[in-house]
Amino acid sequence: MGRAKLPRKSTTIDMTAMCDVAFLLLSFFILTTKFKPAEAIAVTTPSSVASKVAPTKDFVLITITKDGKVFLTLDDEQKKELIANSLNSTRNLGIDVAAFKKAGFIGAPIAGLKSFLAIPEENRKGDQLPGIPVMDSTNNELVTWLQLVNESYAGAKMDLLLKGDNVAKYPSFKNVITALKKNDILKFQMITNPENAPMGSELWKRSMSGEKQEN
Amino acid sequence: MAELDTSGGGHKKKGPGVKKGKKLSTRVDLTPMVDLGFLLITFFIFTTTMSQPTAMKLFLPDDKVNPEDQNKAKESGVLTIMMGADNHIYYYEGQLKVDASGNNFMSASYNGENSIRDVIMKKKADVRSRATDPENPEKDLVIVIKPGKECTYKNVIDILDEMAINVVKKYALVDISADEAKLVDLSDASAKTSTSN
Repeated sequence: MGRAKLPRKSTTIDMTAMCDVAFLLLSFFILTTKFKPAEAIAVTTPSSVASKVAPTKDFVLITITKDGKVFLTLDDEQKKELIANSLNSTRNLGIDVAAFKKAGFIGAPIAGLKSFLAIPEENRKGDQLPGIPVMDSTNNELVTWLQLVNESYAGAKMDLLLKGDNVAKYPSFKNVITALKKNDILKFQMITNPENAPMGSELWKRSMSGEKQEN
Repeated sequence: MAELDTSGGGHKKKGPGVKKGKKLSTRVDLTPMVDLGFLLITFFIFTTTMSQPTAMKLFLPDDKVNPEDQNKAKESGVLTIMMGADNHIYYYEGQLKVDASGNNFMSASYNGENSIRDVIMKKKADVRSRATDPENPEKDLVIVIKPGKECTYKNVIDILDEMAINVVKKYALVDISADEAKLVDLSDASAKTSTSN
């Protein structure tokens, strides 16, 4: 039987090129990703139209949790050492300088700092700690802390960041501002989630016409 | 799927005495590997774009400056915004008047109808229309933000953000006065009872 031979086309495609592309992209994304470290202090930040990315170096971060507790974070270990030493010499606290250097954040009254540092790092959770007392104006310890920070940085570049929870009440925010003012820190940045300018608003019109945003 | 293709590849016969050495192809089906690759790519794309916080700048006024040196605002250009509990927001223009001659203590909302953005935009247009200096028509516009005791950090950020959205150049974060706090508390309380009924 003579049958006309139809040329049979294979359905398999060479996947090598595609595989190459996929893994190239994959390696790019792996290398550029920075994972958010697990946070001991849970904070959900509000969103704003600010487009400037928050600094990740040389910062001093003040965190306000949803129950109004205040925590302080410094990223520079050398500065932390200076602070610990000056605390030890002026107040005779006898705190462990090495533990202070390693501490991710500070969240206890100065008098209870020693017992705070005795807690293992992984067990320090924001909701179980007392935080830095700021509530009453007579005993606003954040003022002392910021004074120490100012001394240790001594004019070097430092970004003061403020990270507050959505539902934190205004008085705790105000107390933080008071502490900042007392130390003549009049410039600071608040960490927010990015958001687009609402359609039709003036900022939106400006960004549409290609004008640069100031903040 | 991932089997090795073992067919010799359709060579000609090499004559009668020659044994056919089976040739193993080195080709592997790469489809599953590509699948995996793209799956991981999507994962990494999502994780990178999610966490990129931004920062909003705020400059505080120096309290130590002599109050007489501070610039006084024209009454007609002032809009005062007060925030209360449960996302309530109130405002008045110029001086606060709550008496027989009139009441300019009004309430607004953060978004939706009667939003604070509309109020700010109206005020802006109003100041613009009465401007005497064509170079800087919004010179007189000053917005005073007075957060109450019960308002949240989010409310404050939202209002500061509103300043950025509406490009308000002059605004101040000021402590609420006792009279205003009382009014805000009263309005909050009445709003609460009216919603519960």
